[in-house]
Amino acid sequence: MRELAPLFADEPAAGHLAWTTSELPAGVSLTQVSEDDARTRTVRAPGDRASAVAVKHAGGAMALTFAANTVVDEPITIDLEGTGGDVRGHLLIEVGTSAEATVVITRTGTARYSELVSVDLADNASLNLVLIQQWDADAIHAGEVLARLGRDARLRGTVATLGGKVVRLNTSAAFAGEGASVDLFGLYFADSGQHQEHQLFVDHAVPHCTSRVTYKGALAGATARSVWIGDVLIRAAAEGTDTYELNRNLVLTDGARADSVPNLEIETGEIAGAGHASATGRFDEEQMFYLRSRGISEDQARKLVVRGFFADLIREIGVPAVESSLLNQIDSELAHVEEVIEHE
Amino acid sequence: MTTAPQHTLEIRNLHVTVETPEGVKEILKGVDLTIRSGETHAIMGPNGSGKSTLAYSIAGHPKYTITEGSVTLDGEDVLEMSVDERAKAGLFLAMQYPVEVPGVSVSNFLRTAKTAIDGEAPKLRTWVKDVRGAMENLRMDPAFGERGVNEGFSGGEKKRHEILQMELLQPKIAILDETDSGLDVDALRIVSEGVNRAKETTGLGVMLITHYTRILGYIKPDYVHVFVNGRVAEEGGPELADRLEAEGYDRYLADA
Ligand SMILES: Nc1ncnc2c1ncn2[C@@H]1O[C@H](COP(=O)(O)OP(=O)(O)OP(=O)(O)O)[C@@H](O)[C@H]1O
Ligand SMILES: [Mg+2]
Repeated sequence: MRELAPLFADEPAAGHLAWTTSELPAGVSLTQVSEDDARTRTVRAPGDRASAVAVKHAGGAMALTFAANTVVDEPITIDLEGTGGDVRGHLLIEVGTSAEATVVITRTGTARYSELVSVDLADNASLNLVLIQQWDADAIHAGEVLARLGRDARLRGTVATLGGKVVRLNTSAAFAGEGASVDLFGLYFADSGQHQEHQLFVDHAVPHCTSRVTYKGALAGATARSVWIGDVLIRAAAEGTDTYELNRNLVLTDGARADSVPNLEIETGEIAGAGHASATGRFDEEQMFYLRSRGISEDQARKLVVRGFFADLIREIGVPAVESSLLNQIDSELAHVEEVIEHE
Repeated sequence: MTTAPQHTLEIRNLHVTVETPEGVKEILKGVDLTIRSGETHAIMGPNGSGKSTLAYSIAGHPKYTITEGSVTLDGEDVLEMSVDERAKAGLFLAMQYPVEVPGVSVSNFLRTAKTAIDGEAPKLRTWVKDVRGAMENLRMDPAFGERGVNEGFSGGEKKRHEILQMELLQPKIAILDETDSGLDVDALRIVSEGVNRAKETTGLGVMLITHYTRILGYIKPDYVHVFVNGRVAEEGGPELADRLEAEGYDRYLADA
């Protein structure tokens, strides 16, 4: 990807994103930490070049920290707005023992942004992390989320990529203690000229952990592209692992292309369950006919089918404001699709 | 006493082809049929004779190409209309194999369809009551409202859901494509009652496609048409159905 080149440049960048954060309740803090601290508190070394560059040149990190036993009911929201230029970002999210929280991070505006998000869940911690890419049409974004889960920890991660020209957002989760679980959801909608890439890696290194990966994408427009790669590794020690990953793509118009590569590597026979599924299909004409035969117009029928395609996934997010906002954004994506189809 | 409005669906010399891997194939070879409000026309014929093709062609399924003939509803050219315009004009097709639309709830679907057909949203209070009443009549659990359209429904549940839509959308003419197939006798009675209710309350005209005479004990046909090899081979009254049951279609197939 030629567009990503500036994000790989091994040099500091002048730009920054404007932060707007909801009020932080007791037990929660957001602080700037030094470069050295940032490095040692990051759960592991960056896995790709853009995130390595981000760590090296971000000048330290922002750390969002939840003290042990803190239970936050309301979602913590962080809005990051780009105002152009190159930006390096490094964020630490640290959830203490038995703490529970929901964090919604929304990116808007434009930037050439490389980032690393480190997620550290202590024993029995629970985090619902939502990352929304609602960039302007010219933004370039390469990010990596590195998660480490302690014993009995629960991570629910949702990625929603709608805006931006090129977005590559990789998520890697590693189990450090038994009995933990990750649920990784993703939804993306690529129009003409958009390239959206999501790579997942789940590392089952210890016994009795559960992982679910569910990503769904819709593509419309001749040059819309998406890439999904889902790797799950079940190491020899990881007895009793239960894992399933799924990627489904809905191709709405000619020319759009979705690549989907699930990959499961199993080093032990003693697992509870492991599977994957991947399907990329054209828009279902029979569903359209059925709805239209009940008087529903073509535009509205398409809206129902696409909303239906994403509905179960969106319901999993568990943050009502985010759920309804995403459904509205899917509707406005579809308004563009109608224009594309009318011009075909 | 009020007189029910009169509507007429008129099919004239209808020829229809489909694309097959072996090339274009003519399925309907000149169908003539007229259905008026309040009438029930049973269509019986062997597998593959083109009954579903007739039903889909009238509803406007994109797979079928009309090469000759006409279909009009009250004189309006149905073939010129888009699929949804046909439904708004008052046509309804209960499908042999209703389609699953995952993630779209039955209640959202019904309300959207009703709004489209009427051109305005139904009054919430009466609509909720109407839906509940219609589901009760068809012995459908209210929980169906929250499920995806036809998603994981049993064969019989799908057929009941078709009749539910028909009762709520109140079409002028309904085509029921094997709505009775695969129903046990209780479900058959429930579904037939729904059709008879619609006939009584709205003067619905019905094209009833079936393989079995059993449903004709519940929904009395005014006419029976024998459909063979893409056209109507014989027409008669209800007695024709009994003869078909006894003799089968061999007689017609020999001539075809
Ligand atoms: N899309 C299609 N491609 C190829 N052949 C088709 C297609 N649609 C219909 N046909 C053929 O047209 C013929 C009529 O099919 P149709 O489904 O209308 O029959 P039917 O009378 O409804 O049969 P049944 O009683 O089994 O429901 C059959 O030979 C069928 O295989
Ligand atoms: Mg049929």
